[in-house]
Amino acid sequence: MASSTSVIPTTVNPDLQKERDAASFNSEEFAAWWAGGEEVLKFNRGVREYMEKDVDLSEMLQLQNKTHEEIIEFSTRGAIEGAKKLRRLQEERNPGGDVYWPNLYDAQVMWGLVPGGNPFGVMYVMLVKALQAQCTPEQYEEFGKRVELFEICGTYAQTELGHGTYLRGLETRADFDRKTDQFVLNTPNISSYKWWPGGLGHSSNHCLVMAQLYIDGDCKGPHMFFIQVRDEDTHEPLPGVHIGDIGKKMGFIGVNNGFLGLKNVRIPRTRMLMRHAQVKADGSYVSSPTNVLTYFAMVRTRCVIAKNNAVMLASAATIATRYSAVRRQSPINPNEREPQIMDHVTQQMKLFPEIATSVAYRKAGDYLWNLYDVTIEDIENGKYERLPELHSLSCALKVTCSMDSASGVEKLRLACGGHGFLTSSNMSSIYVSATAACTYEGENTVLLLQIGRFLMKTWRAALTGAPLPPTVRYLAEVQKNPEFGTWTGSWENMVKAMQYAAANRTQLAFRSLSKRMSRGETEANAANHTGIEFTQAAELHGRAFVFSAFYEAVTGPQSKTRSANFNRVLENLLELYLVKETLNQMGHLLRFINLTDTDLSGLQDRLETVLTKLRPDAVAIVDGFDFSDLQLNSTLGSYDGNAYERIFDAALKNPMNQKAVPKYFHEILRPFMKSNI
Amino acid sequence: MSHIKNLIPSTVNPDLQKERAAAEFHVEEFSAWWHGGQDKLKKKREIEKAIFSDLEDGYGLNHEYMSHEEVYNSTVKKVAEAAVKLKALQNKLNPGGTDIWPGGLFNAQSFGLFPANHPIATHITMFVDVIKGQGTAEQVEKWGKAAENCNIIGTYAQTELAHGTNVRGLATRADFDPKTDEFVLNTPNLEAYKWWPGGLGHTANHAMVVAQLYIADVHHGVQMFIVPLRDSETHMPLPGVDIGEIGKKLGMASVNQGFLGLNHVRIPRTNMLMKFAKVERDGTFKASPASRINYLTMVYTRCLIVSQNSTLLLAAATIATRYSAVRRQSPIEPNQPEPQIIDHVTQRLKLFPEIATGIAYHLATEYMWEMYAQTVQEANNGKFERLPDMHILSCALKVLCTTDGCAGIEKLRLSTGGHGYLIAANLSNIYGNAVAAYTYEGENTVLLLQIGRALVKAWASFVDKKPLSASYSYFASSMQLKEFPKWDDSWQCIIKALQYTAAHKTRIAFENLANRMASGQSQGVAANNTGIELTRAAELHGRQFVCQTFLEQITGAKAQKRSPALNKILENVLELFLVQTVLNNLNDILRFIKLSDADLRSLQKRLEDSLAQFRPNAVAICDGFEFHDRVLNSVLGSYDGNVYPRLFDSAKRSTMNQKPVQTSFETYLKPLMKAKL
Repeated sequence: MASSTSVIPTTVNPDLQKERDAASFNSEEFAAWWAGGEEVLKFNRGVREYMEKDVDLSEMLQLQNKTHEEIIEFSTRGAIEGAKKLRRLQEERNPGGDVYWPNLYDAQVMWGLVPGGNPFGVMYVMLVKALQAQCTPEQYEEFGKRVELFEICGTYAQTELGHGTYLRGLETRADFDRKTDQFVLNTPNISSYKWWPGGLGHSSNHCLVMAQLYIDGDCKGPHMFFIQVRDEDTHEPLPGVHIGDIGKKMGFIGVNNGFLGLKNVRIPRTRMLMRHAQVKADGSYVSSPTNVLTYFAMVRTRCVIAKNNAVMLASAATIATRYSAVRRQSPINPNEREPQIMDHVTQQMKLFPEIATSVAYRKAGDYLWNLYDVTIEDIENGKYERLPELHSLSCALKVTCSMDSASGVEKLRLACGGHGFLTSSNMSSIYVSATAACTYEGENTVLLLQIGRFLMKTWRAALTGAPLPPTVRYLAEVQKNPEFGTWTGSWENMVKAMQYAAANRTQLAFRSLSKRMSRGETEANAANHTGIEFTQAAELHGRAFVFSAFYEAVTGPQSKTRSANFNRVLENLLELYLVKETLNQMGHLLRFINLTDTDLSGLQDRLETVLTKLRPDAVAIVDGFDFSDLQLNSTLGSYDGNAYERIFDAALKNPMNQKAVPKYFHEILRPFMKSNI
Repeated sequence: MSHIKNLIPSTVNPDLQKERAAAEFHVEEFSAWWHGGQDKLKKKREIEKAIFSDLEDGYGLNHEYMSHEEVYNSTVKKVAEAAVKLKALQNKLNPGGTDIWPGGLFNAQSFGLFPANHPIATHITMFVDVIKGQGTAEQVEKWGKAAENCNIIGTYAQTELAHGTNVRGLATRADFDPKTDEFVLNTPNLEAYKWWPGGLGHTANHAMVVAQLYIADVHHGVQMFIVPLRDSETHMPLPGVDIGEIGKKLGMASVNQGFLGLNHVRIPRTNMLMKFAKVERDGTFKASPASRINYLTMVYTRCLIVSQNSTLLLAAATIATRYSAVRRQSPIEPNQPEPQIIDHVTQRLKLFPEIATGIAYHLATEYMWEMYAQTVQEANNGKFERLPDMHILSCALKVLCTTDGCAGIEKLRLSTGGHGYLIAANLSNIYGNAVAAYTYEGENTVLLLQIGRALVKAWASFVDKKPLSASYSYFASSMQLKEFPKWDDSWQCIIKALQYTAAHKTRIAFENLANRMASGQSQGVAANNTGIELTRAAELHGRQFVCQTFLEQITGAKAQKRSPALNKILENVLELFLVQTVLNNLNDILRFIKLSDADLRSLQKRLEDSLAQFRPNAVAICDGFEFHDRVLNSVLGSYDGNVYPRLFDSAKRSTMNQKPVQTSFETYLKPLMKAKL
């Protein structure tokens, strides 16, 4: 029988402490920079301390042992406790404002409280934002505010069982009934059922439904309808509503994703969101001045995804790096003590590039958010010119960040060896969260194809000499100067090389498309047959953007605000990111740029050199990401580095270990072993 | 509650049926070829009919709604029930054989019987086998039969909490006590606890413990000891034994992996396996006459891993391909109906290369099993020359198959969009099973480094003009060429290009290693610093082997036994695999071989052409693997293609949907919404 005394020491693992002592820079400076400034860091820590002060970390770790249903109940409780805390924080520190509640409800600070996922996350990430963007002021006052204040709870239902990406293919119908001034909503087939909205299963009583609007049998396209699905007092489904949980998923178990069937559900006409498109009482239809606004909520969500996935990658890198500082294995020299596995170059190659990648995407994401804010301002002034670039860039960053973070987290999980396979490492949970982003809010291949089409249009525009938005200006530059020139290996040169490769890939796709069309294929068929090349060009375009953004963030004017030591660390991260990604894309670069064998050997040397330079700073860098142990929720990656003790402690608390003999031994196992089959 | 009844049609989805009707070859011939002949195929079908026909509805998914503990207990029941059936079936269909009992506990059919895996596989695959392989005749008589009959249940305990790969670093001790003729076993600290053995937590009552042997405090290396753990009547842990379950993992939910602490546990001297190394009564140690024979067990295990992982990859490919034939999304032409997503070229690129990869590794495994049989025969005659090559090839194959297989399964899962995220799709479970192999039986990076060292050693022999074994003969043929000859479009050219590239990567690693040692680094430090290049050379060595083997299997003498129609299909598969391998390795190939832009465009065209040629046969090829629906256990990949009804049916089975309102509503949600904080 296992001992019930805690096996976790109160001291920091000495190997890990040595790493912190040996760092060549101040990780507090990094933490401030990473958070966006000293004041922001202080604010974040203050909130986190408030939110986490009475939460039991080991209780979170035991979530793994619960049933599907128990996890969702646990998550509901955690989400509501979190909401209460944020409300109290709001009243205490910012009365009358919204800094804490509801703004922080979908922020990183909540992650530690709801490790299984937040069933009300979609309500704030998508529903409230969509209502703010699409409601008339009267509508928002009537029901948008109630959602915002959590007086009612809702979610955003677009995807259907048989339809996802292609909005015009949605089957859910809303037919206008003039006699009663109502819409009648139906999901005519099983494939029409809404499927996937977070919180829809049992945690929402309202829902924003994307449905095809029909007036007198005439389809007007997808529109948004705010409907009630459950009684506010009893929570019973309303008549005509068929609702439930969609079943267990790889992750996000607590999110309570649901299905929704509608049979002749009637809602008032004023429940169609009408800031833009409108339906009058007489049935006349006023279309939206700019249809692209229908897609705008998705753009913001993609910005959120890019930001969140960079954070997931950083959290996985923190766990794996700390673990690699305390795990010892495989002597480098025979008869010597086993080294920290971080001293193995192959391990450094797994860890450090992912640290660099998370920083790169953070900086690229910052650029995207700035562009988003500027575009919002333009739209409010009736200007829409920036929208295509923002759309394309948000797609590009969502794709590359979700792809790189998912593969990066998995690399980091594998870098933890067998213990990375344990649920208590939290690596698999981070992975399934990161990889989900490859699919939701626009499946990655579909987005790559959209970017590809945008690049074709842009390439064509550049040929006519039209001015291009900033992030695709390099296409015109390559058209003007088709020769790359000499490879020098400088950072600026590497950025230019990636842009050059992206431009040439775009040109190749453009030529393939044109050739197919000249042979008689329709543009659409030609685009499908050129699909592989579209995705390749689009991916390189995304990578060229990240290169440029990270280079600018590290070497640009802001470097003057940082200390020399810190700048050197950032320069090492930049060097590592540019070199490893250049090597990863070498198959594309060698096609368009002449690199000699000496150039390639030089890059390999640089890769190995920068790994060595980062080695003493790795733990301090990940400390700078400033994750609390509760947020990491990992036995391997805690601040104190007591990995083995924490793994063992989590195992001891397993309900299976509270009794020495399992229930089925005498009923099943023992008769089986006696039976001489 | 639901108003939709009889959800799942009894007919095949028409889109899927159309795929089957359009196939250009006979699926039956493919199936017979795939399974090694008509007789084996027939027997497989008989077995599956017998063992699957009486499983209840929802069998494969019910465990997903249980707690961690409940999953285990229900699986123990399943194993006990299945064992009786499997044994009876063995006696009926193939008396004296082992393909059904105990084969059904760990072959592909076990995935259908035990969707959460089960705790006895390690007993069968390792405990029993090690007794037979390493035990004396007396030991086999005493424990082997009892183990085979499951009268005792054991496991194999090697890995420790802080020690895995480096077997010499294991901390568990076995000290010989001549006074009592016993060994005294101890795990001296927490880090020494055995950690990971399947079934150890609550199922096994014996373990094969790998421990460091000490006689009179003199160390004699690792040996194997049969250690009783639990009382055979009460199942209580024996004195000195600290035992329990290690917690939830990424998959393998009911394998019941455990931890084991030993505190002065005494066992008779005769419990040490002594077929090779021996300890006499007086404490005299006799070393094993042929320690290399131990490598054969690991070679066998790695072949098994490749076999299983290629099967898992093809299971995932079958699921994704069938789903892609019935899912419709995103019109190719505007205003046309949405096509099957298998008609999107980008979707084909996700699906078809993985089918080709699975087939390639399946055939490579067949080759390895043939080699293994020869090697065993030679070893039994005292000849061990082939052993080092077998070791390295099995390492290479294990690494590549698990790396490619896991990446492929994940790509396939993403290709099914959001629905692939559902547990009911079974893709995440397949992934969890496959990815574990990345780490066990030799972590992949460690194996790559071993291969790298073998390559460098072989290169040194080549430089010294000493004879090379067949595995490295391409070194000479590649280095005879001053420059790679002009690229042609033949398969042989692709093989030679891969070999040429692999040879040069080995040369560079060798030169860098030599330079580092010349500059004063020890061999260990130099090898660590060259680690990245060693692993890359090792990977390419593996790739050239797989490609060469695949070419031989498809175009060699065996082709004469197949029909022209089947050969045509397999040649298409080969073309796709080889072209994709080149395109995926251009980073290295272009460094050493000049391909013109025309050559590269030709490769791209060949890729697109082979995808198009593959298209009408994709579903039929997957049918040919003949995965039983129970084995696939996927709502997306069933033979009938009724995806949406099955998805919905699985959601209805969720425990959460048995009542419309959750308990957390009254307790937490409603009070929150009523509160005016």
